[in-house]
Amino acid sequence: MFKVTHAESLAPGVKRLEIEAPRIARKQQPGQFVIVRVYEEGERIPLTIEKSDPQRGTISIVVQEVGKTTRLLNRLEAGDTLLDVVGPLGQASEIEKFGTVVVMGGGVGTAMAYPTAAALKKAGNFVVCIVGARDKERVILERELRLVSDVLLITTDDGSYGAKGLVTDKLREMIDRGTHIDRVLAIGPIPMMKAVAEVTRPSAIRTIVSLNPIMLDGTGMCGGCRVLVDGKSQFACVDGPEFDAHLVDFSTLQHRNAMYREAEKESLDRCTQETSSHA
Amino acid sequence: MPETASIKHATLPLRERMKIPRQHMLEQSAIERAANFKEVNLGYTTELASREAQRCLYCQKPTCMTHCPVGVKVQEFVDLIVAGDFAAAAAKIREDNVLPAITGRVCPQEDHCEGSCVLTKKGESLGIGYLERFVADYEQSTGIVHMPTVPPTGKRVAVVGSGPAGLTVAGDLVQRGHAVRVFEALHELGGVLTYGIPEFRLPKNIIKQQIDYLRATGVEFETNVVVGKTVTIDELMQEEGYDAVFIGTGAGAPLFMNIPGEHLNGVYSANEFLTRVNLMKAYKFPDYDEPIVSVRGKDVAVIGGGNTALDSIRTALRLGARKAYVIYRRSEAEMPARAEEVRHARQEGIDFQLLTNPTEFLSDGNGWLAGMRCVRMELGEPDASGRRRPVPIAGSEFDLPVSVAIISVGTSANPVIQRSSPGLATDKRGYIQADPETQRTSRKGIFAGGDIVTGSATVILAMGAGRRAAQSIHEYLMNG
Repeated sequence: MFKVTHAESLAPGVKRLEIEAPRIARKQQPGQFVIVRVYEEGERIPLTIEKSDPQRGTISIVVQEVGKTTRLLNRLEAGDTLLDVVGPLGQASEIEKFGTVVVMGGGVGTAMAYPTAAALKKAGNFVVCIVGARDKERVILERELRLVSDVLLITTDDGSYGAKGLVTDKLREMIDRGTHIDRVLAIGPIPMMKAVAEVTRPSAIRTIVSLNPIMLDGTGMCGGCRVLVDGKSQFACVDGPEFDAHLVDFSTLQHRNAMYREAEKESLDRCTQETSSHA
Repeated sequence: MPETASIKHATLPLRERMKIPRQHMLEQSAIERAANFKEVNLGYTTELASREAQRCLYCQKPTCMTHCPVGVKVQEFVDLIVAGDFAAAAAKIREDNVLPAITGRVCPQEDHCEGSCVLTKKGESLGIGYLERFVADYEQSTGIVHMPTVPPTGKRVAVVGSGPAGLTVAGDLVQRGHAVRVFEALHELGGVLTYGIPEFRLPKNIIKQQIDYLRATGVEFETNVVVGKTVTIDELMQEEGYDAVFIGTGAGAPLFMNIPGEHLNGVYSANEFLTRVNLMKAYKFPDYDEPIVSVRGKDVAVIGGGNTALDSIRTALRLGARKAYVIYRRSEAEMPARAEEVRHARQEGIDFQLLTNPTEFLSDGNGWLAGMRCVRMELGEPDASGRRRPVPIAGSEFDLPVSVAIISVGTSANPVIQRSSPGLATDKRGYIQADPETQRTSRKGIFAGGDIVTGSATVILAMGAGRRAAQSIHEYLMNG
């Protein structure tokens, strides 16, 4: 059992959970994730670790409600428990002094990009963060990001905060202005990461994306998270989750992530019914 | 020898005993079991077990024992069944085998004890596996636990992986007075026994009982620890005070075929398909949350001829598949699966397409699997494995419509531990190098065994490696 030590809402349907997991807290590096199972009949889902505190033995995850399991996670409060938390899994982000690095976060992907942005800043990079959200309410981690970025650009779809538009608009502006960029890291929804890859492709800027395929064991045993990179199968759980954006086959990933859409809907509907009948 | 003094409780004359036919185990009918996940084999009754045990000829040279990877004293335990002392028979097996209820169910006896039994020459071998299962289940029903009889040594051993190799090491070492803690990456214990072997062949409650037995003898377990990620072997030894480490992490990563269409929805590795069903109980969706692509009323194929392939396709059948095919590129004689599983699968209506190989997974145009392009094969010259190499027959291509395909063509080494353990020598395929006698690795105090050393093999071979490792870890702990 893993105890939730702190829970706070960051945006509508987005929650930060701090969880007691001393072994994981000691080992976590930016870019790595955990797999959690909330309760006995629950599924296993991967979640990127936002940060960890080795002294207190805690890790933090940021969860956006999209299905049943993430809804259950969003309902957890301090003192509640998760049945299983395992990690830190995956390869850590490559951190060195690259020069100018643009870190891009789309929606809750911002929370996953944050630890890598912080590490890149610490390694002496000039860090430009571009984060996007649907509207002002959904902009997350602004304060944290401001502390680790040299430039922070915010976009919202509706223009209620920052610039109206997409994160890729800002990236394109930078490139068009002739800003020298050594590396781009993009984490967010698949269409956003795919769009970033297309923006940087012509100028061949090294671009890294963190992929989020469906996972099961997270240790390389099942191959369910296989992604096509440069025409070859790679296991996101052990070979990734970060890959060269220009080599990733995003449409295959998108197809595979929709494999259980009907089942996911059925689970969520049942969950909604159960909740309303208990209310 | 004192052992032989206790032997030969058989009362019937040899001539009479030789007339007894092999006693068959009761099993669920094929029609009934193809629609449920309950165990196929139902076990021996006391009468059947006693009668079967009488068939043992008490050979002067018991090859059954020497052919057993863990060296079970077959003749002695069988004789104790004849004597009616089932608890003593179980205790006798336990001297060499800490998981008797499991090996009694999944061991390929025809390759080991039963394959070497002299009765085979005159008919059917002694039902050693059935008898082992009978006494193991009897022991479980009594709740007897044999606690270690030696004082604690104060030595601590970390075992990485709770599959058959790791459980064997743990069970043997705890009996010798060492403190043992087993680390498991998944949330359930048992490794491949739990995520890989289906309920209808090895019920989860049997695995749980066998593990609970080990826990009762003092073995500690910690789940959700991926050694190499959550903690490294060096940290276990230097910071957590373990005197020795055994690595039994299993074969690891599933192999794919590198043919077009492998990323289509509906194409699974056997590991994923079985893990979803066995570990995550996707067959109980939506009561359990983990989903699986529905096979109800659909046609399904597995590619491969091993136990895992048969487990996968028989699972698909139980999930309601309409047609269930085994696609295997060699002939039945080369199939690595246990003979009993092939027999059971045929009875259940599995369609074996032998000497057949897929060349492409076909899409329905929307990213889902619609079928497989296959080619017929013939056997050519023997290859490196000594088996005749299958070669495609030109012009024999045909399309097989299936909605779900399960790839079960083997595994490769999982790299997680090796990447995090400097100086741990591996072979060119990534498997850990260990001495075949002592299971010692290139690192002092680190031992390894099972599939992570040999590549995918069987439960009993992993247990054999575990036994040897336990012996050599014990010597290392006591003598350095």
